[in-house]
Amino acid sequence: MAALQGEFTLSAVPLGAGPNGLLGVEQSDKTDQFLVTDGGRTVILYKVSDQKPLGSWSVKQGQIITSPAVCNFQTGEFIVVHDNKVLRIWNNEDVNLDKVFKATLSAEIYRIHSVQGTEPLVLFKEGAVRGLEALLAEPQQKIETVISDDEVIKWTKVFMVYKHPVLIFITEKHGNHFAYVQTFSSQTLSKYTLLLGQEEKCVIQNFAASVDRKFISLMSLSADGCVYETLIPIHPSDPEQNQTVVRSLLLKAVVSGLARSGVALAILDHDHVAVLGPPLPASKECLSIWNTKFQTLQTSKELPQGTSGQLWYYGENLFMLHGKFLTVIPFKCEVSSLAGALGKLKHSQDPGTHTVPLFVNWETSQGCGFGSQNSEQSKRILRRRKIEVSVQPPASEQLLSTIKKESEKHIEVELCKFLATKRTPDFHTVIGDIVLELLGRHKAEPSFYPRNSLMQLMQTHVLSYSLCPGLMEAALERTDVQMLQLCLQHFPDVPDSVTCACLKVFLSISDDSLQETEINMESVSDYSDSVQEEKMDEQTEILQNGFNPSEQNCDNCDRKLNKKPQHAAEETVSCPVVPKRAALLNAILHSAYSEMFLLPHLKDIPAQHVTLFLQYLYFLYLKCNENATMTLPGLHPPTLNQIMDWMCLLLDANFTVVVMVPEAKKLLLSLYKFVKSQVCICSELNKIEVSFRELQKLNQEKNNRELYSIEVLELF
Amino acid sequence: MGEFKVHRVRFFNYVPSGIRCVAYNNQSNRLAVSRTDGTVEIYNLSANYFQEKFFPGHESRGTEALCWAKGQRLFSAGLNGEIIEYDLQALNIKYAIDAFGGPIWSMAVSPCGSQLLVGCEDGSVKLLQITPDKIQFERNFDRQKRSAVHKMLVDRQYMGVSKRKCIIWGVAFLSDGTVISVDSAGKVQFWDSATGTLVKNHLIANADVQSIAVSDQEDSFVVGTAEGTVFHFQLVSVTSSSSEKQWVRTKPFQHHTHDVRAVAHSPTALISGGTDTHLVIRPLMEKVEVKNYDAALRKITFPHRRLISCSKKRHLLLFQFAHHLELWRLGSTVATGKNGDTLPLSKDADHLLHLKAKGPENIICSCISPCGSWIAYSTTSRFFLYRLNYERDNLSLQRVSKMPAFLRSALQILFSEDSTKLFVASNQGSLHIIRLLEGSFKHLHTFQPQSGTVESMCLLAVSPDGNWLAASGTSAGVHVYNVKHLKLHCTVPAYNFPVTALAIAPSTNNLVIAHSDQQVFEYSIPEKKYTEWSRTIQKQGFHYLWLQRDTPITHISFHPKRPMHILLHDAYMFCIIDKSLPLPNDKTLLYNPLPPTNESDVIRRRTAHAFKISKIYKPLLFMDLLDERTLVAVERPLDDIIAQLPPPIKKKKFGT
Repeated sequence: MAALQGEFTLSAVPLGAGPNGLLGVEQSDKTDQFLVTDGGRTVILYKVSDQKPLGSWSVKQGQIITSPAVCNFQTGEFIVVHDNKVLRIWNNEDVNLDKVFKATLSAEIYRIHSVQGTEPLVLFKEGAVRGLEALLAEPQQKIETVISDDEVIKWTKVFMVYKHPVLIFITEKHGNHFAYVQTFSSQTLSKYTLLLGQEEKCVIQNFAASVDRKFISLMSLSADGCVYETLIPIHPSDPEQNQTVVRSLLLKAVVSGLARSGVALAILDHDHVAVLGPPLPASKECLSIWNTKFQTLQTSKELPQGTSGQLWYYGENLFMLHGKFLTVIPFKCEVSSLAGALGKLKHSQDPGTHTVPLFVNWETSQGCGFGSQNSEQSKRILRRRKIEVSVQPPASEQLLSTIKKESEKHIEVELCKFLATKRTPDFHTVIGDIVLELLGRHKAEPSFYPRNSLMQLMQTHVLSYSLCPGLMEAALERTDVQMLQLCLQHFPDVPDSVTCACLKVFLSISDDSLQETEINMESVSDYSDSVQEEKMDEQTEILQNGFNPSEQNCDNCDRKLNKKPQHAAEETVSCPVVPKRAALLNAILHSAYSEMFLLPHLKDIPAQHVTLFLQYLYFLYLKCNENATMTLPGLHPPTLNQIMDWMCLLLDANFTVVVMVPEAKKLLLSLYKFVKSQVCICSELNKIEVSFRELQKLNQEKNNRELYSIEVLELF
Repeated sequence: MGEFKVHRVRFFNYVPSGIRCVAYNNQSNRLAVSRTDGTVEIYNLSANYFQEKFFPGHESRGTEALCWAKGQRLFSAGLNGEIIEYDLQALNIKYAIDAFGGPIWSMAVSPCGSQLLVGCEDGSVKLLQITPDKIQFERNFDRQKRSAVHKMLVDRQYMGVSKRKCIIWGVAFLSDGTVISVDSAGKVQFWDSATGTLVKNHLIANADVQSIAVSDQEDSFVVGTAEGTVFHFQLVSVTSSSSEKQWVRTKPFQHHTHDVRAVAHSPTALISGGTDTHLVIRPLMEKVEVKNYDAALRKITFPHRRLISCSKKRHLLLFQFAHHLELWRLGSTVATGKNGDTLPLSKDADHLLHLKAKGPENIICSCISPCGSWIAYSTTSRFFLYRLNYERDNLSLQRVSKMPAFLRSALQILFSEDSTKLFVASNQGSLHIIRLLEGSFKHLHTFQPQSGTVESMCLLAVSPDGNWLAASGTSAGVHVYNVKHLKLHCTVPAYNFPVTALAIAPSTNNLVIAHSDQQVFEYSIPEKKYTEWSRTIQKQGFHYLWLQRDTPITHISFHPKRPMHILLHDAYMFCIIDKSLPLPNDKTLLYNPLPPTNESDVIRRRTAHAFKISKIYKPLLFMDLLDERTLVAVERPLDDIIAQLPPPIKKKKFGT
């Protein structure tokens, strides 16, 4: 629950604030100390906890401060701009601003930004941005014009994103608003047109922004009293183009629509915003904290003496001008919970909107997995769903009862309807229940196998083996390979014994029955083309990295094989299994397993199937070797490591059997030869390593001769 | 700031001895380290790992075992068959007792700390009682013939190849009856001592596992292998909820290149040392409460004291080795250049003298007089003083005979600036002043230690005008003596951390003191108080990067013409502190390696601060100012040390 604590005024002396209020309140490098710049000539450093000023500096009569003083966090110095073009840099010990360092620039400054972790950034009125150090090195450098003639900068802010500053500024031209995002890591400037949506006529009165990893969330307070949110990507897909961003309604009627001035907005944390302004047309000005997640008013405080419509927020303090005094209100925002949000609701709200805050947005936490590029959109959809959710909760129960008695066709239709509606927070358990219900009926009457419905449920991607343990068993029983493939692909927790049972089915199923099934082939690319040109002999050369095995005692089996190289080449290049079976086997290769639990089951596979699988693995391995990156073509191909691990597993489990099978002999020989050549490579690599070390030693000795020298050193 | 000609010396052929044993004392948080040459060093882990004491080695006294007993008493045993107790206050050997069993290979202390157990070459194990001031033989366990309770047969088979012999390098007996053994076949084995059966076997290396140390809680232990790897084993629960626990190999560390001969386990860190001469302290991150700089890995290679002295007048360097001294004359050049240039030599450096120490004892300390005509050094039992005569290119050496009986052993030797006086800190806590005459000497005075203290002085500093002498021990404050009136002038208040370097500035007679926590104090001797500058820097605090350096300042000197400058160095940087410039705060860049060529005047003005640091020379063992424009820097590159070590066990990188 957010709460405002007792306010206190920072100084008893009224500030010389003009009608426009203060220029700014900025953090200094020490915690608890803040630089306050009034609208005229003075900068005051306050220690907030002591409520007293530590220092005060003024520019000469006739000069006027045009940009609030900031602190350079890297050096601890203060920087202020007066008369638009003149920079003054001083530190705490300096007394007279007139005597401190001065730099006159060639263009007018809009604002200086300073945040922890980077040098101060200077934003010019024409939209150009410079680092302070670069400017000071050459103050009279030419500053380019970025924005067009009638465009005026309305608001600006800087963020640190991955240790790099990102600067955003909003401009206005003939009532249209534009956002510019300047990133310094990649030095790009992107421009966005802010579309106001349906509320075309509203004048934007105040901006605030926060940042997460990919987006700047820009909030704007419009003259209709509503807060809108716009998501602007930090790294644009196409920086060259002028892009448009749409804003969506975030909070409704937080201030009176008629308030002409004196409204301000600040983002306190992920869920909370502070709004300054009169809540009702006739009422006094109010500072209120709103929870955006639950859309509730958390707390508010009346400010009877009026404000300047400015609000600053640092750490746990809100700063504002209350009457003529700079007022500090400490606040606390606890993590928003549903209970906390329901604790306090604004009484004046009409009952119609009451249901809205009750909705808990669970999907924001889940959503990150699904890719958040269209989070703005999803939010809007969500809001539309809110109304429906409370109306028909027992849809799943209806469906469950349908499953009990209706025909497969009917269930399919009902399921389609159910899936089309929405996802409730307990969606995956509901889906699990449905699958269990279907399987229960299947068990009771074996003729009932609602394959299409199950497939549909699989596609929801929320099922796991433990959620519906009977599903794979049923599919195995019916040798439904398509279903098994889907399960292997989507279940994260298939037991090793079941994986092995699937493998058995995949190896033993006849090609004819495979023809009839519909199998996802994305892991299998067309292995047959371009293969013919490759020769086995070339393979060995690539493998051995220039090392010539014939000089070594490496292998006599190699020679045996070389006697009929043509033969071997032709046999190994064609895929030993049909593409559909290859797709199924790839699903096995991709699945997770634990060696210890898998090995005993692998022993049960018949010898000719083991040989077939080995041949396939060997074929994949050869395909891998065809390119430098050792990968297979296709969308989700098995990786080299998976292939090698499975080959080792199979050989470990069935070695004695494989040795006895005549068809496997050639395969084993080529595998043996391959291992032999790997050993040779390793020994050669070791030799090279030693040679390199010797070279290094020689090199070192050369350097060591410089045992004595006289050098020149200059210390700065 | 200034331009210097730097004599960059890399011919100091110093190789530290390999580490043989380490022993950690939990009570005082100190670490005793013995090296293959018999040297024993004491590191204070609470004082930024400072090597605060050392006992010089002895040729015949190879230390094979080291342990703390009865609280903070330190014992060692070695191949000469003797058990030695060290006096940690007076910094000498308290006594040595022969165990009469031939060379001693191992030593252990009973859990209560009152008995010592040594294992001898003849196969006997001897039990000794520790009495308040000595040790007393109690029992002899002869070699077991047939009455062995259990015989644990260690598997000699290793990867199918039968090795010649499997040697158990270390065992640990836990209170629950588990015996852990490490052996030459690369195995760590767990045995049940009640049944004599092998419980578990970890094959961790292709080479010997040479050392083991168990934590006090017996929930973790550390082993070191000949491949330079250190493995951490921990007793962890089998599942998160069950109480059943199991030893699991958790972390491997590879900080050594050679055999890890010794390991120790402090409550928060794994400590290892070996043939590659590094002492490595690896904090266990899960045990460290504050993740500050103390949680960083420490690698200590060089001694925290000076091995080099310098004669400014004659441009001579005296190098101290374990058993000899070397005297070198620096070369010269007439050329000039700009920053970074290497100047052509008009004369190369000369090796003038190789002075072999007499006897089997290691040299403790040595010094050459500023004028270059005197050399003094000391071993544990004898003090030597030599007079050097230069006749054109010839150098003749004459030993000053008949040294007085009280000058037997010195911990620190210092000559006055005009080379007329010699100051000797003896290991009894007294300071001797000797006047040097042409070829002879005269004893002037002895400052006796403060009554009740026996602490030896290890650091001396004399003021350039010869009036003041500062001396410091390891823990008490720095004493300043008036040499003219031969009396104690004042004592600088004691500070929590030991002193690492001392020096007295010319003209002002300000005493600059560096401590192991990287604080530097300036104390005005005439006024008997800290100077204004010292107060200012204490108030503001040193830059955090300055405080995070991990080697102590070992030498301080001053610029003859610039009284505001203090020159000091540690092993990895050399710094000139300009007291006239503003102090850096934590936001300022402490060390800027790049010359400010392309920066505007504004930035230079804003970044200038008192600490001018150079990190060009490292590891830096010595740096001093020869004259206003000339520096001498003695480096000892690690590669040169490694080149002199035996080659490490070759490990296969490919095809493993």
